[in-house]
Amino acid sequence: MLIRTILVRLLTTAVTLFGVAVVVFTLVRVAPGNPIAMMLPPGATDEDIANLTALYGFDKSLPHQFVIWLGGVLQGDFGTSITLRQPVDELVLGRLPATLELSIMALVIALFAGGLMAVLGARHRGGSTEVGLDLTSGAVLSIPDFLWGLLFVLIFGVFWPVLSISGRIDPRMEFDFTTNFYVIEGILRGRFDVVGSTLSHMLMPAMSLALPLAAMIAQLLKQNLKEALVQDYTTLARVRGFSETAVILREALRNAALPTLTLVGVQFTFLIGGTVIVERLFAYEGLGNMAIDAVINRDLPLIQGIVLLFAALFIAINLIVDLSYTLLNPRLRHG
Amino acid sequence: MTKPTLTRRGFLGTTAALSTLLATGMPAFAQDGNLTIAYNVPVQSWDPTTGPSAVNPTLQAVYLSVFDRFIGQNPDLSFTEGLLTDWGFSEDNSQITMTVREGVKWHNGADLTPEDIVWSLTRAGDPATGNPIQFVWGKIGNYQIDGNTITADVKEFEPTLFKWMAFLTGFVLPKDYYEEVGADGFEKAPVGTGPYMVDAFEQGAYVRLKAFPDYWGEKPEFETVTIKFVTDAAQRVAEVESGNSDMTLNIPYEEYDRLTAKEGLSGTAIPITDIGMIFLNDIEVMTDKNVRLAAHHAIDKQLIIDRLLRGYGVPLSTLEAPGYAAYDESIQVEYDPEKAKELLAESGYSTDNPVKFTIQTTRGFKPKDYEMIQAIVGMWRKVGIEAEIEVYEIAKHFELRAADQLAPAAFYNWGNSIGDPSTSTGFAMFGPSPHSVWDTPDLIEMIGPLFGEADEEKRIQGYKDVSRHIAEQGYVIPLLQYVMPIVYRSDLEVTPFTSGDLLPAAVSNS
Repeated sequence: MLIRTILVRLLTTAVTLFGVAVVVFTLVRVAPGNPIAMMLPPGATDEDIANLTALYGFDKSLPHQFVIWLGGVLQGDFGTSITLRQPVDELVLGRLPATLELSIMALVIALFAGGLMAVLGARHRGGSTEVGLDLTSGAVLSIPDFLWGLLFVLIFGVFWPVLSISGRIDPRMEFDFTTNFYVIEGILRGRFDVVGSTLSHMLMPAMSLALPLAAMIAQLLKQNLKEALVQDYTTLARVRGFSETAVILREALRNAALPTLTLVGVQFTFLIGGTVIVERLFAYEGLGNMAIDAVINRDLPLIQGIVLLFAALFIAINLIVDLSYTLLNPRLRHG
Repeated sequence: MTKPTLTRRGFLGTTAALSTLLATGMPAFAQDGNLTIAYNVPVQSWDPTTGPSAVNPTLQAVYLSVFDRFIGQNPDLSFTEGLLTDWGFSEDNSQITMTVREGVKWHNGADLTPEDIVWSLTRAGDPATGNPIQFVWGKIGNYQIDGNTITADVKEFEPTLFKWMAFLTGFVLPKDYYEEVGADGFEKAPVGTGPYMVDAFEQGAYVRLKAFPDYWGEKPEFETVTIKFVTDAAQRVAEVESGNSDMTLNIPYEEYDRLTAKEGLSGTAIPITDIGMIFLNDIEVMTDKNVRLAAHHAIDKQLIIDRLLRGYGVPLSTLEAPGYAAYDESIQVEYDPEKAKELLAESGYSTDNPVKFTIQTTRGFKPKDYEMIQAIVGMWRKVGIEAEIEVYEIAKHFELRAADQLAPAAFYNWGNSIGDPSTSTGFAMFGPSPHSVWDTPDLIEMIGPLFGEADEEKRIQGYKDVSRHIAEQGYVIPLLQYVMPIVYRSDLEVTPFTSGDLLPAAVSNS
């Protein structure tokens, strides 16, 4: 059953990615702004313009360009970036680890903070602590991630400069890693200076991304916990002598976590989407920052590569969430 | 089995360990021998002769740290020796002669040779390489090398050829090394003859430069220069204010004033070779000379500079700024709203019956661009012009300009770091140029011959005459010359360049 589900999802994934490829290819070419016009020098003649247009393959018809591009993609060749003059797949895969590490760190912070608030709220339900936590999560939710970013820069970058405010790592640091997963490879190699520098640079952007999600998790998980805490099995646990905290952590949390997991799955894709602005704000060299540059410069092959990768990433995350939901929920597993 | 429990001691221990880990990554503040610059544009390619980066004026300063141009440029725009020590046309302009500097080393230890110069020029003129300035480099060929002297035939006379050798894409690259590693290899490990070598480069994040010990010129003061690419202006302000960077540039003028008033920070702000202007397209109401001139006379440029740009800017009446070769201060288009009203009245317009057109502008691309246009539209309204503002992106502007489809009025900027009139008034106002939207035959007839004029004095005077004609006819509305704000630690000394380049080699300890 599970294998069949996976196979069907993989098949639909291929169709979805093809659709994304068609849409993004068409959109970036229909959108205003011509990359050739942006690099024309003042005295360029018609011949110069024709040469440049041919050099970048824009002299061919749109369907012809699409066929060439798609043919390349199927063979793993996503083209060459117009501005960065390097293969798109190398560029995009090179930046992906930075965005993934940032997103995962943000997710961990959101889960920890949101979970903690939810448990505290459920533990002290009906009291002033719950009201205070509700007000806090409401206030946190009302501020978008990039504003949190600016606030953090002001506090931890200017008034109390304890955290790095731009980049991904201290540029003066010497290291030669095989991958761009600085945190993971740093831990494996025992380069804790690299890990520390990376975490220090990631903390503010990750917090900016995490806070709105943490507030959402707190609200939903607390509600689910409160519902679980009036069920028979939690009452039984209390009768057996469990403390209220133990009832929440050992009995209620497992069931209450399921709807939250769906939310986290959906919101995680939004969180990755949020990296575009936040990475820009913190000059963090991830995919999002690269995407903005690509759009500004009308670097069509790079835009296509990034969008396709984001699409693949979103589909993969949704697939993982669906599968884990199936695994965690016995009714779905055996249904 | 023991259940994992978090004790108070365990929690404190974990917190302490995490704090230590993060502390190792605390911001490293400026140290002696190191210079950190928060820069506004990321390096996209390390080939300074091809692709869009090659014609991006802001990136030239980074390229100039690693590579050398054929001909150098002083802070005041005057030209100086670069990798060529002598250059010139033959008397009949049929040949050029260039003398190559001796004793120059590439970063990989190889010697610079005349073959490198010839290869760089040949490659620049080859359409297959994608050099966007082929219209200049393609005008010479058939190179001959005799010792350190190179001669070449002039296929088509280009009076600004040697000025272009100090301008966009006028860089010398290493023939043998480039042929050995190819374009991809060069991107990954660029080699130049400049004062700094690329030590580490993270795309979109930073470049770390190390001083080149065998540099032929004056040794730079800082052994290591880190250029962090911080595109957001507010973030650059925070970088320098927090001490994470030693200097930054191109920040809002309000922030410049605030930061330079703080203890420990200084600044410099000089006019640079970048001007703000309103392109007029010869369509709709802009074919009416009265409307064009009225639109120009109605703008109080000094007021805009004082109120919006905090006094940082120089009002202009022509596309030639002070310091440019064809600047003529006698050409002035005065602020005169009454005259504007009279001109409009001659064409039947008034505040009750305003002339209407669209003006396009960028928003946030240049300092207070949108606000400036809002102010101008307000000034226009007072004399009988009703303009509708349309905001567009930079890419859209380029596309529309190349296709000659800009609105009747469109705000943009124009850089010209060699200060030659052909690369400002010439290309901006010569109809067939892809960057001009004013196509009337009078200007084409006036400017066309100047592109090939061999008599320099006559050429410059010709452009001054063109500027006067443009001002009298109101074919364009020049607004102001921009000022580049640079903020730095007070114990540094910075030599600002009129070209707008912030060169690490021109920064020293005071």
